Amino acid sequence: MTLEELRKIAAAEQQTQQKYGHRVHVCIAAGCLSSHSDLVKEALRKEVLESGMQSDVLVKGVGCMGLCSAGPLVAVEPEGTLFAGVKAEDAAEIVAGLDSGAPAATSCPTDVPFFERQQKIVLENSGKIDPERIEDYIAADGYAALVHALAEMSPAEVIQQVLRSGLRGRGGAGYPTGLKWTTVAKAGEERKFVICNADEGDPGAFMDRAVLESDPHRVLEGMALAAYAVGAQQGYIYVRAEYPLAVKHLKTAIRQAEHMGLLGNSICSTRFSFHVDIRLGAGAFVCGEETALLASIEGRRGSPRPRPPYPAEDGLWGCPTLINNVETFANVPPIVRKGGEWFAGIGTEKSKGTKVFALAGRVANTGLIEVPMGITLREIIFQIGGGIPEGKRFKAVQTGGPSGGCIPEQYLDSPVDYESLAKIGSIMGSGGMIVMDETSCMVDVARYFMEFCKSESCGKCVPCRTGTAQLHDLLAKITEGTATPAELALVEELCDLVKHTSLCGLGQTAPNPVLSTLRYFREEYEAHIAKKECRAGVCQMHASGEVMP
Amino acid sequence: MKTPVRVKTLTIDGQEVGAREDQTILEVARENGIEIPTLCWLAGLSPVGACRLCLVEVRGVARLLPACVTRVEEGMEVTAHSERLAAYRRSILELLFAERNHVCSVCVSNGHCDLQAIAMKLDMTHVHFPYQYPRLPVDASHERFVIDHNRCILCTRCVRVCDEIEGAHTWDVIARGVECRVITDLNQPWGSSESCTGCGKCVQVCPTGALSEKGRSVAEMSKRRQFLPYLTLMREGRR
Ligand SMILES: Cc1cc2nc3c(=O)[nH]c(=O)nc-3n(C[C@H](O)[C@H](O)[C@H](O)COP(=O)(O)O)c2cc1C
Ligand code: SF4
Ligand code: FES
Repeated sequence: MTLEELRKIAAAEQQTQQKYGHRVHVCIAAGCLSSHSDLVKEALRKEVLESGMQSDVLVKGVGCMGLCSAGPLVAVEPEGTLFAGVKAEDAAEIVAGLDSGAPAATSCPTDVPFFERQQKIVLENSGKIDPERIEDYIAADGYAALVHALAEMSPAEVIQQVLRSGLRGRGGAGYPTGLKWTTVAKAGEERKFVICNADEGDPGAFMDRAVLESDPHRVLEGMALAAYAVGAQQGYIYVRAEYPLAVKHLKTAIRQAEHMGLLGNSICSTRFSFHVDIRLGAGAFVCGEETALLASIEGRRGSPRPRPPYPAEDGLWGCPTLINNVETFANVPPIVRKGGEWFAGIGTEKSKGTKVFALAGRVANTGLIEVPMGITLREIIFQIGGGIPEGKRFKAVQTGGPSGGCIPEQYLDSPVDYESLAKIGSIMGSGGMIVMDETSCMVDVARYFMEFCKSESCGKCVPCRTGTAQLHDLLAKITEGTATPAELALVEELCDLVKHTSLCGLGQTAPNPVLSTLRYFREEYEAHIAKKECRAGVCQMHASGEVMP
Repeated sequence: MKTPVRVKTLTIDGQEVGAREDQTILEVARENGIEIPTLCWLAGLSPVGACRLCLVEVRGVARLLPACVTRVEEGMEVTAHSERLAAYRRSILELLFAERNHVCSVCVSNGHCDLQAIAMKLDMTHVHFPYQYPRLPVDASHERFVIDHNRCILCTRCVRVCDEIEGAHTWDVIARGVECRVITDLNQPWGSSESCTGCGKCVQVCPTGALSEKGRSVAEMSKRRQFLPYLTLMREGRR
């Protein structure tokens, strides 16, 4: 495949699409699919056929459009109109209004901050292209970066662009991606691996799932560019078995890319070969930790091992291995296509580009959003998210899942970047963002996350295994109103111990939700203990014998 | 051609020591008479860094590092003993004592137990965490040996000796978190294990009374570990 040939495919595909006066996009990603968008798609197809418009109207399944809470979503291009909460019965009205542009009962405005305040790089094709057709991806500039790099750039030049972009890992820790690539590239071994971490285990997070379901080729292209840059021949995508649609789309994408010579042996007739295989994870949160992930791929029990040595040096079967997150890889093709400088122009000084968040909890608009780094929490929650529904008051926003913290109102104007979030006791994490109002009890939130860590701890190291269990029991006692002030002190002592002595990131960050709620909402803990009172009305107090309203 | 072994110098608790580059902080400390407590580590088995008793401070490194797996580096300044480390070590031990049943007075290994010995050495006088005491089974189905899960601290020495030295891989760990248990074969009764060779190495390396020989009464089960350094030495000689 040459750049010429690629452009030809793109042009042909664009032409076919332009033939249609209206292109009706139906979201068939997991969110909308769960409210039967597949039936909507069929109904629309049937309706188009019955009204004899099939030569002018194309109905196609696309990936996630973001506003998942209002699904199933249907968009019409090139008009840019949107329909929300569409049922199969609404198909006739939508099709009938296509030519006149008459609004339907399900019409949804698009000139609102939810759409206008977002900036899309990772999700640029999401909700636009058919994830099961490689031609659609190619028509959107797909694989241009790979074909260009193989023809015109040396591996070192690819790494240069990634370094210049300032991209940092989106899997949670924010390690500079270019630096990681350099380390693997410099490792002397002949056999190297590239692994895409798609284990996404944070409760409520679905950023990576959406990317894989909506635009799988983007991740493959990113991985191939990485493999070329570091000198790897084999890649694995470690994806949760709970994501069947993502797995299906990935399998299709791999087959299509291999068929076109964009993956496999002698890619684009060069000496570069790169094979990608899928490995299914069995739903253990800890298998997202990179050394546990490696053990799992090797067929061993998924428990972490001490680092160093880091996977970059001693990874899969002892070979140098590059492990990046789905979203990290998804950022790579546009970086190589448009140059590192372009990417570095977005975001803040130390946090470049955009970040995808799964916005959830007590906000009007929940779903998937992509925002430039440096945007404030207030803008995300009150503009994009549309604020707190039912006239309730904002209380806290939780970022980083079980490894993160709860941020109170006074920090709503903090910018969203790695350093700022860490300074206020939370982390960027992989992109979970849960908004809480006055009906949430902070002690209960801390207990919930500790319960998660306790049951997801691999059990290898003592402080995490037994410490999280002890912490959970103590927090449960506090929420039941049977704890003493001495037990609160024990909670604090255990947090310090587990954080500083655990083997891997799971244990080292497990106390964060407790520590941050203690920092900002200590009086809630004290009220539970001293007055047996849960102001949010969440906890059922056993000791006092009465149940809070 | 032999590749030259590089030598590093570093300090441990202020004492200057020399080391081969492939040595761990623990090895070098012990060679120089500096005692660092360990539980999951055992000479001759691969180190796993799981018990966290051997954590040390290294100047310039924010995290605490397990001495049993951390390689020496030139100019490293290691602190193996400080008030902070002593407190952490005691707390970790207490967590182990609180996790399952470690009442020494009724244990076959009383007086010969690594956990008990370290607790005494580190001045652990009491346990200030709530006792968990889950009711775990005892498997006495094997002809000669018994496993009492109530005494197991999940150090995985048995798993490693069986896999790495005996080559049988009868033992492994099942489940996650506090639910973890060591199992034989695919969670079959030990007595019906088809891979177990009955060599008893697991019993000898077990630090507590979790694995013992049948017919031993309270305080009668002492362990013989001499075979391990011998076997590893012989293997290294062959390499
Ligand atoms: C308990 C635990 C779970 C993790 N889960 C994930 C995950 O689901 N996905 C992910 O990309 N990284 C996860 N990570 C981070 C990975 O270990 C690793 O840092 C990351 O995949 C590196 O990719 P990046 O540099 O692109 O962020 C997890 C880390 C820990 C400690
Ligand atoms: S910190 Fe937790 S998850 Fe990590 S190794 Fe220790 S027990 Fe396993
Ligand atoms: S001896 Fe080092 S962690 Fe157990």
